Amino acid sequence: MKITNYELRITQIWRFAAFLLAAHCFLFTASAQNGGTQQNLTGKAGTFAITNARIVTVSGATIENGTIVIQNGKIAAVGANVSVPANAERIDGKGLSVFPGMIDAATNLGLAEISGGVPASVDVAETGMMNANAKAFTAVNPHSSHVNVTRVNGITTVMSMPVGGSIAGQATVINLNGSTQAEMAVVPNFGLVINFPRISTFGGFGGGFGAPQIDFSEAVKRRDTQLDGLKKYFKDTENYARTHEAYAKDKTLPYPETDIKMEAMIPYMRGERPIIFTAERERDIRGVVKFVEEMKIKGIIVGGQEAWKVADGLKKNNIAVIYTNIYNLPVRDDDAYDFLFEAPSKMQQAGVKFAVSTGNDGAEVRDLPYHAGLAGAYGLSKEDALRSVTLYPAQILGIADRLGSLETGKMANVVVADGDMLDPRTNIKYLFINGRLLPLTSRHTELYDAFKDRK
Amino acid sequence: MKKLTILCLIILILTAISNVSVSAQTARNEVLIRNATVMTAARGTLTETDILIQNGKIARIGKDLKAAANAQIIDATGKFVTPGIIDAHSHTMLDAINEISSSVTSMTNVRDVLNPTDVSIYRALAGGVTTANLLHGSANPIGGQNTVVRYKFGRPVEEFVFPGAPMGIKFALGENPKRIGANPQPGQTPRYPITRMGTMEVIRDAFLRARDYKQSWDEYRAKVAKKDKTAVPPRRNLELEPMVEILEGKRLVHAHGYRSDEHLNLLLIADEFGFKVATLQHALEAYKIAPEIAKRGTGASVFADSWSYKLEAYDSIPYNAAMLWKAGVLVSINSDSDERARRLNLDAAKTMKYGGVPEEEALKMITFNAAKQLGIEKQTGSIEEKKDADIVIWSAHPFSVYAHPEMTMIEGVTYFDRAKDIQKRGDLAREREMLEKMDINKAPGTGGTAPRIPSEKRIEERDEADRTDGGNRR
Repeated sequence: MKITNYELRITQIWRFAAFLLAAHCFLFTASAQNGGTQQNLTGKAGTFAITNARIVTVSGATIENGTIVIQNGKIAAVGANVSVPANAERIDGKGLSVFPGMIDAATNLGLAEISGGVPASVDVAETGMMNANAKAFTAVNPHSSHVNVTRVNGITTVMSMPVGGSIAGQATVINLNGSTQAEMAVVPNFGLVINFPRISTFGGFGGGFGAPQIDFSEAVKRRDTQLDGLKKYFKDTENYARTHEAYAKDKTLPYPETDIKMEAMIPYMRGERPIIFTAERERDIRGVVKFVEEMKIKGIIVGGQEAWKVADGLKKNNIAVIYTNIYNLPVRDDDAYDFLFEAPSKMQQAGVKFAVSTGNDGAEVRDLPYHAGLAGAYGLSKEDALRSVTLYPAQILGIADRLGSLETGKMANVVVADGDMLDPRTNIKYLFINGRLLPLTSRHTELYDAFKDRK
Repeated sequence: MKKLTILCLIILILTAISNVSVSAQTARNEVLIRNATVMTAARGTLTETDILIQNGKIARIGKDLKAAANAQIIDATGKFVTPGIIDAHSHTMLDAINEISSSVTSMTNVRDVLNPTDVSIYRALAGGVTTANLLHGSANPIGGQNTVVRYKFGRPVEEFVFPGAPMGIKFALGENPKRIGANPQPGQTPRYPITRMGTMEVIRDAFLRARDYKQSWDEYRAKVAKKDKTAVPPRRNLELEPMVEILEGKRLVHAHGYRSDEHLNLLLIADEFGFKVATLQHALEAYKIAPEIAKRGTGASVFADSWSYKLEAYDSIPYNAAMLWKAGVLVSINSDSDERARRLNLDAAKTMKYGGVPEEEALKMITFNAAKQLGIEKQTGSIEEKKDADIVIWSAHPFSVYAHPEMTMIEGVTYFDRAKDIQKRGDLAREREMLEKMDINKAPGTGGTAPRIPSEKRIEERDEADRTDGGNRR
C-alpha cells in the first residue's frame, strides 16, 4: 500500500508529538529530582590544601592560622606548620574558618521529597507493625533535591530513618554526595528504629491525631500490652535464632523456615547493633532504660525532651540521646518557655551523651546549625553547640573514627566558611565530601539564577 | 465541689503562668534604657545610646539622657535593642481558624475568637514578638476578617486589639481551598471550587455581587439625597459589606498563595475591579513575578526559607525575600506558626546570607515593613521619637544564633523579662508539686478521684486547613 505524502506528514507529526510528550515526561521527572542538570556524585577529586585559615578541629584546640591538606579522600595533614604537597590545589583560607562537616543524626532525608499531599514521593513509613527488614538504605533517594540543598549549608552526613509502626525498620548513615546509595553509604544499615510504646490518651498506637481520647489508666494498659508484644517479639526472635543455629549444627532436626523479618532482628536482639528508640517524656525514657537493661541490648534515644531527668539510668546503660526538639514547643502550658531550648545544656550538665538533630524529613535538615546555635543561646557553650552537630553525633553513630572532627586520617568532610558555621549570616565558601570539592549549587541556586534577572 | 476544685486549679495555673507579666503591669511612667546598641530599623544602628520612654512613648533617643527620680532604669550595656517584632501572619490565640462551611466567609472575623490566655502569646513575647496580624485560615478563597493585636499577655482581651489598625481580610488560593472542596467530611457534598479555575471564579463572582450590592446602596442613597420618599433601603448583606469595603479601598486584602501564576491572576482580578491587594501571603514563588508585584505596590509577606512541604512549595527558594526586595517590593517575613514566631530574628538574618540583604533592611522585614503592610507604621515598627515604645532588649546581636531576648516591652510596659521568669520558676515548681498532690490529681489506682483526661497541646504548624501532613510525621 502506498503511503501518500499527506499520510506521511501525519505520521511524522504524531511521531514528533510522541517525542515531545516523552521529552516532557522525562523533563518533568528529572525536575522533580534535582533539576536534571547534575548527577549527585559530583565535584572534583584531588589533592587540596587550605592555607592561612582558622581551623576549628573540634576534637582538639582551634588552630588560629593553619593549613589542612586533603588527599585521596582523607585529611592528610592538619596543623599550624604543615607542608603543602607540590601537586596540591591551594585554597587561600585567609579570613575563613575550616570546620568538620556537620552530621544530623536523626532525619528522614531522601525518604520524602514532598511530605504533604504528594504521597507518591514519600517512603518514610512502611505499613504493618513489625518491619525490622525495612531498610532506609534501599529507599533513600540519592537524587533528591534535598541532598544538595542540605549540604551547601555545611551538613555533609545524615542518619536517615524509617518511622512507621512499632519496629519501623533500619536506619542508614549516608554522606550527602553520590549517584548511588552505595556511593553515599557510611554505614548502610546502622540501627533499628523502634517507636517505644508510650502512654497516649489520644488512643491508637502512639496516639494518632483524630482518634477518640481515652482514659489515662486505659492508656497505661494499652502501653503495657504493646510493650509485652514487643518483648514477646524479641523472645520469638531469640528462639528463632536458636532454632536456626541448632539446625545448622544438626541437620537431622526439622528444617526451620526462614522469616525475613526475624532474620533482620537478630543482630539487634543480641545487642550487636544499636536500637534507636523514639521517646520524649520522662516516663517513656525510663521505660526505654528498663527495656534496654532487661533485653541486654544497645540503645539510643531519639527525641529526648526530658532525657536529662533520667541521666543516671541513661549513663548507667550507656544510652545516648539524639535530641530533636529545638524547633518544638513545650508540651505543657506551664513548662518554662525555654524548656526545650535548654534541654541540651541540661543533658550536658548531667553528663548524658547527646547530639542535636533537626529530626526533620529532609527539606529543613539544612537548619541543623541553628538548632545547635539555639541550644547555645540557652545555656550550652558555643564549643559544645558545635560538638553537638559534629563530634557528638559521630560518636553516637559509631563513626567517630572516620568523621566528626578535623584529624589526620579521617574522611575529608570539610566545610570552609566565612564565619561561625552555626550563625545564620555565615556563608559556606568551600565544601568537601569524601575529599571531593563540590559545587555550591542546588535546586535553589538554579531557580535563583533562572529568575534573578527577570525584569 | 469537684467542679469548683477544677476551677480553682485552672485559676491557680493561669495565675502562675501569667505571674511574670501581671507583676510587670505596674510600670512606672518613665523608663530609661541606658547605653545600648540601638538598631532602629529606620535610621541605622546607634551605639552607646539611651532611650527615654515616657507614658509608653519613645520620648528621646540620645546619649546621657536624664530621667525622673522614680524612673525605671535598665542598664543595657553590651546589649542590643530593636523594635518589637511584628509577625505579619499568625494564628496564635485563635480558638478557631477556619470557617470551612462556605467558599466565601467574609462575614466572619477572628476578633470573635481571641483567647488572651494562650500561652503561645507569652512564648512569642519571649522571642521578641510584640504585634501580630491574626488571620483567618486558608480554607476558603475568601476567608474571614483579620485582627491586628499587640501581645499584652495578662491584660483583658480588648486591650490586645491594635487601636486604629486598618481593617483587613484573608483570601486564599491554591491547594488549601481546593483540598477543602475536594475532600468533604463524610456525609457532606463536595464544596465548589476544587480547582484553581473555580477558585478565581469564586473570587470574581463575589466581587461582581459586591459591585451590584454597592450599586443598590448607591442608588438608594441618591434617592434619599433627593428626598425621594419611595426610597427603600436594600437589605444589609454581611457577606458583601466587607467586599464593598475592599472595592472602596477601606479594607486590606491579605492573599494566601504559593504559585506565582495564581497570585498574578489575583492581581489581575484586582486590576479588573479597581482595588489594590495589600499583601501576598507566603508568596513563595513571588520572585518569579517580582516586577508585576512591584508595579502594583503590593507587598509580600513570606517565609524565610520553608519549602518542599507540599507541591506548591517546591519552587520556594530562600532567595525569594532578597529578590523581591531588590525589585522594590515591600517585604516582610512571617511565622504562621506559634513555634516559628519565637525565632523570626534568625529568619530575618537568613536574608543577609541568601541574596545579600543589608542588615537594616533585613531587620525591617520583621518590624517596620510588616508595620507598613498592616498600616500601623505611624505607631510602631521602628525606634523613633514619638512612636510607641514597643521594644526588645537582646542579650547579643539579634541576628546572632546565640542571642535571646532579655526583655520585651509594649508601650513601655514589660511583658517579658527573662530574669524575672527564671526567678519565678522555683515558685512555679512548688505550686505544681502542690497541685499534683491534690486528691483530684493523684495517679490512677492510688486512691484519688478519677482525673480529668489530660490534654496535650498539639504543635500548630502553618495554617494547613486540615491535618494533611503526609501521614508520616510524629
